[in-house]
Amino acid sequence: MADPKGRFGIHGGQYIPETLMNAVNELEKAYDFYKNDEEFNNELTDLLNNYAGRPSLLYYAERMTKDLGGAKIYLKREDLNHTGAHKVNNVLGQALLAKKMGKTRLIAETGAGQHGVATATAAALFNMECVIFMGEKDTQRQALNVYRMKLLGAEVVPVKSGTATLKDAVSECMREWVSRIDDTHYCLGSVMGPHPFPTIVRDFQAVISRESREQILKAEGRLPDAVVACVGGGSNAIGSFYHYIPDKDVRLIGCEAAGRGIDTFETAATVNTGKLGIFHGMKSYFCQDEYGQIAPVYSISAGLDYPGVGPEHAHLYDIGRAEYVPVTDDEAVEAFEYLSRMEGIIPAIESAHAVAYAMKLAPTMSKDRIIVLTISGRGDKDCAAIARYRGVDINE
Amino acid sequence: MSKIREAFKNGKAFIPFITCGDPDLETTGKVVRAAAENGADIIELGIPFSDPTAEGPVIQAASLRALQGGVTTDKIFDFVVELRKDVSIPLVFMTYANVVFSYGTERFMKKCKEVGIDGIILPDVPFEEKEEFDSVARNYGVDMISLIAPTSADRIAMIAKEASGFIYIVSSLGVTGVRSEITTDISEIVKVIRANTDVPCAVGFGISTPEQAAKMASVSDGAIVGSAIVKLIGEHGKNAADYVGSFVNSMKTAVIK
Repeated sequence: MADPKGRFGIHGGQYIPETLMNAVNELEKAYDFYKNDEEFNNELTDLLNNYAGRPSLLYYAERMTKDLGGAKIYLKREDLNHTGAHKVNNVLGQALLAKKMGKTRLIAETGAGQHGVATATAAALFNMECVIFMGEKDTQRQALNVYRMKLLGAEVVPVKSGTATLKDAVSECMREWVSRIDDTHYCLGSVMGPHPFPTIVRDFQAVISRESREQILKAEGRLPDAVVACVGGGSNAIGSFYHYIPDKDVRLIGCEAAGRGIDTFETAATVNTGKLGIFHGMKSYFCQDEYGQIAPVYSISAGLDYPGVGPEHAHLYDIGRAEYVPVTDDEAVEAFEYLSRMEGIIPAIESAHAVAYAMKLAPTMSKDRIIVLTISGRGDKDCAAIARYRGVDINE
Repeated sequence: MSKIREAFKNGKAFIPFITCGDPDLETTGKVVRAAAENGADIIELGIPFSDPTAEGPVIQAASLRALQGGVTTDKIFDFVVELRKDVSIPLVFMTYANVVFSYGTERFMKKCKEVGIDGIILPDVPFEEKEEFDSVARNYGVDMISLIAPTSADRIAMIAKEASGFIYIVSSLGVTGVRSEITTDISEIVKVIRANTDVPCAVGFGISTPEQAAKMASVSDGAIVGSAIVKLIGEHGKNAADYVGSFVNSMKTAVIK
């Protein structure tokens, strides 16, 4: 009997078809080698700094802080990365790893399109073939990103099965990977799926907290009191939390998409409304019915519209190290508009969920307290949808 | 010896797969009986899952039809009780890990024993995660069927050594569904299996014609057919039993040649 691998407490594991087992074992072996390889790390750092524009700024949001009248708010500006979101951190790492493994083709799922755009970008840079699977509903919600991916040379496959959103795009990627393993790397976009993906993606996203920890120590001479980030699968959140996990006095707060509210069926707040289950390669919390059928979740944000959460988040929740709070569509849209007007920064609607919670949290804290708030992406892609939400048709 | 292994004693086995509740359980009952009467040696009963990641479009669509028709795990257990009044061949559930896990693995396996289910196939539970389910299944005399894929390579021996019931050899890369050609060298895989266990092995994925079934059974102990049967049910709905019956008859005739 072999030991189950890649556990975070009771969560994680490798619940995938036998056909994929040697592929994930090969990936694990390659990653274990390259993560400590100096040349690999130098190449990756060079790409992050000179191609993606890292380190990203830690910006003191002075007007927002004064307006809310409580804790000092610093924004970790992942929206300033090349391609406009944190996704590029993980994608450059995985694409480089895939290249080293001799793979010539990248496939990926995407919800809002940010991970698809980042993957298509890396594929262009590394001269690799690229196919992106995107729920058909999301291709309509995020038409601009579909165009960007095609412009970058990727093929975009609209997924019509199930709810035609992010979870179905993940399922279709798994079906595609099982059909073509030899030359193809599945560039998974979040801290989810079978081991070793949750660990690989977390390690590549941990650059966010590695930088923000140094930056806040330099700016304030101390650690923040709270770190706030939005959670779908949870990659920007785990990246934002990771280097603070041993610092027990730093509150770690993940903001889930509550959609129309956690007391309705139109929600995607997994930790708040889901239960323990096994899906998409991992044991974790999932929105599901009493017979284990995965629930059709809903959020205004295509990037948070996922019925599960990464296994490390499930574990951080179990042990009480991180908190997970629900944020509704309405609150996120208000925060989207608020940050745009207050700081001249248009956040992604995903990130706006974190902004919304920070707006509630900051006034309850005294002025000598500090919040680090991750702006995981920029909101240009969302303008048409938010305009529609407000009843304005801008004919995009 | 388990009932499943005994089913292989009369020569090459033919194993059809049927999605429970597609389009309704009454039809499934007729189809299962038609398959049994026409020579099926074991029947795989699919408990539909909302997001069947190992299935191609045909079984995905059947799962959706069944769930939309209101079928649930409990209704399927009740249905098996009815079936067992006159169907005696081994019955094996095929479903996904979450269906069993959310029901409660202990409660699920106990119920399997009570209603007369002989085995279970979970395509998203590989060797490394098997113990969580198998340790419970064993206690209730339910065989957990292991899968071996064209990519299994050095894993075949390890999997074969712990196999029970029968071994499900996945013929090709990819998801379930009809294929015009199967290129994997099945006899090489079978050779390694034979060196490690005497548990019988049957080949599935992509088999739709008597010729393919005969070829796959000639190098193993049997053939498994899913999508081709589910497609017939999709086409003929409530009247599918006769069509499935004659299809099973032609396939069984082909495998025992």
